[in-house]
Amino acid sequence: MNKIEEALLEQVADLHGVPEGAYNIRRNGESAGRRTTENIDIVTKTDRPGIEVHIKPHTVNESVHIPVLLTATGLNELVYNDFYIGEGCDITIVAGCGIHNDGDQKSEHSGIHTFYIGKNARVRYVEKHYGQGEGTGERVMNPKTVAYLDEGAVCRMENTQIRGVDSTNRTTRCVCKAGSELLITEKLLTHGRQTAESRVDVILNGEGAKAQLTSRTVAQDESVQVFHPNVEGNAACFGHVQCDSIIMGQAKVRSVPAITANHVDAQLIHEAAIGKIAGDQILKLMTLGLTEEEAEEEILNGFLK
Amino acid sequence: MLEIKNLAFTVEDEKGRQTILDDLSLTVPTGRLVVVTGPNGGGKTTLAKAIMGLIPLNGGQILYNGTDITGMTITERARAGIGYGFQQPPRFKGIRVRDLLDLAAGRKLNHGECCTYLTEVGLCAKDYLDREVDTSLSGGEVKRIEIATVLARGCELMIFDEPEAGIDLWSFSRLTETFQALHKKSDATLIIISHQERIIQLADEIVLVADGKVQQKGPKEEMFPKIIGAAVTSCSRMS
Repeated sequence: MNKIEEALLEQVADLHGVPEGAYNIRRNGESAGRRTTENIDIVTKTDRPGIEVHIKPHTVNESVHIPVLLTATGLNELVYNDFYIGEGCDITIVAGCGIHNDGDQKSEHSGIHTFYIGKNARVRYVEKHYGQGEGTGERVMNPKTVAYLDEGAVCRMENTQIRGVDSTNRTTRCVCKAGSELLITEKLLTHGRQTAESRVDVILNGEGAKAQLTSRTVAQDESVQVFHPNVEGNAACFGHVQCDSIIMGQAKVRSVPAITANHVDAQLIHEAAIGKIAGDQILKLMTLGLTEEEAEEEILNGFLK
Repeated sequence: MLEIKNLAFTVEDEKGRQTILDDLSLTVPTGRLVVVTGPNGGGKTTLAKAIMGLIPLNGGQILYNGTDITGMTITERARAGIGYGFQQPPRFKGIRVRDLLDLAAGRKLNHGECCTYLTEVGLCAKDYLDREVDTSLSGGEVKRIEIATVLARGCELMIFDEPEAGIDLWSFSRLTETFQALHKKSDATLIIISHQERIIQLADEIVLVADGKVQQKGPKEEMFPKIIGAAVTSCSRMS
């Protein structure tokens, strides 16, 4: 792995070299390394590009890293990754895609991740997207995430995309059975002329199912962001959608949260706010000795933390 | 020493030009605890903001330890050793109490140090350090955290704008002790804007600001009876 790839790996998976536990590293459309464990098997799909990750029931305190690195300009790939997580597991899955494009052609990665989460299993899913490179070629990522939560399952999704990705169109769909719990935290910072669109649909089908969708985003310069979070309650369930965006420069942000109750005991709430950094926040931090630029950076870092 | 000379500040509103600070002059010797009091709308907060550089003045000069700070930015004044506690502190989504204390101190504080600053404003570090300074905190809690950030900065000149506002009786008592101890133990100059008798009682000197001017000033012993008297007789029904 060269220095650029190592840097990308650190950005998208916080890794310095090969991770512990199970992993599958995909580099420029090809496998660049894989390790399986006694409880976690990774197999290559035979019908289309991608992998299947099978995690045995009651596997606890293990992790799977599946980073994707693109350093070749003009590469366009669509990958299907499926995760079968057994009953009673407690695991962490770290995905993420880093694109380094020094060329003049578009580099694009679209990953379709599908999770089948067994009864009472707990999954933490971390996904980071990052782009860099001096070329004029666009860096594009269009991830699609689908999750089926069985009874009592808990899934915590953390999706982060801070700078560097020119265009992203993210789709997330989760279906939750009784007693399951879904937490989705989306963090996004766009700048320049970047565009980002995110659609999240959460279907709460079982009694006692819970979902919390939190989106915190910053739109700088002339970037454009559009959000469509939607929670549908089909049982006695609880859903909360919270979208907060900071808008700067000439950016545009559109936030369209939606809640749909199809059951009398569905409790659904949505909140959405878009605004610039409050002047009194900057002034307060300046009275602590920070410059205006440092104050702004601290406020944005805190907001996206 | 803080020397404030002929400060002028006006604003334009629907009634036309309003004078907020009217040729206001004041000298605060180093190490003194000065309480600035007076009626609402008299110019107290504007004076405090002018010292910190939070408003653009129309005229006048501010010297701090002999240096003209009138043209300095807020950041430069802060770095010169001036601290400021806002009357209505802002809230920050995602920034925790410990982050704000670290920013105030200019370094990463250890748990014991954070605990000391929070205890001084009547808050328990265990309950608050990892909480975000957002709308989940009450007005009184945010206000006490605000004061803790000023204490964490450890400035030579600390300005507090109505530190008692929004704080409950029990915490207020702790706060007055903190100001008292701070004044006793350090050489810091304290300027506190307040209407509270117990804070006014802490003063070495009391300054009465009204109509944008310093109307009266002097030692507490001399000024306190006058203020109490003025407060009663200013109401025609009570006189």
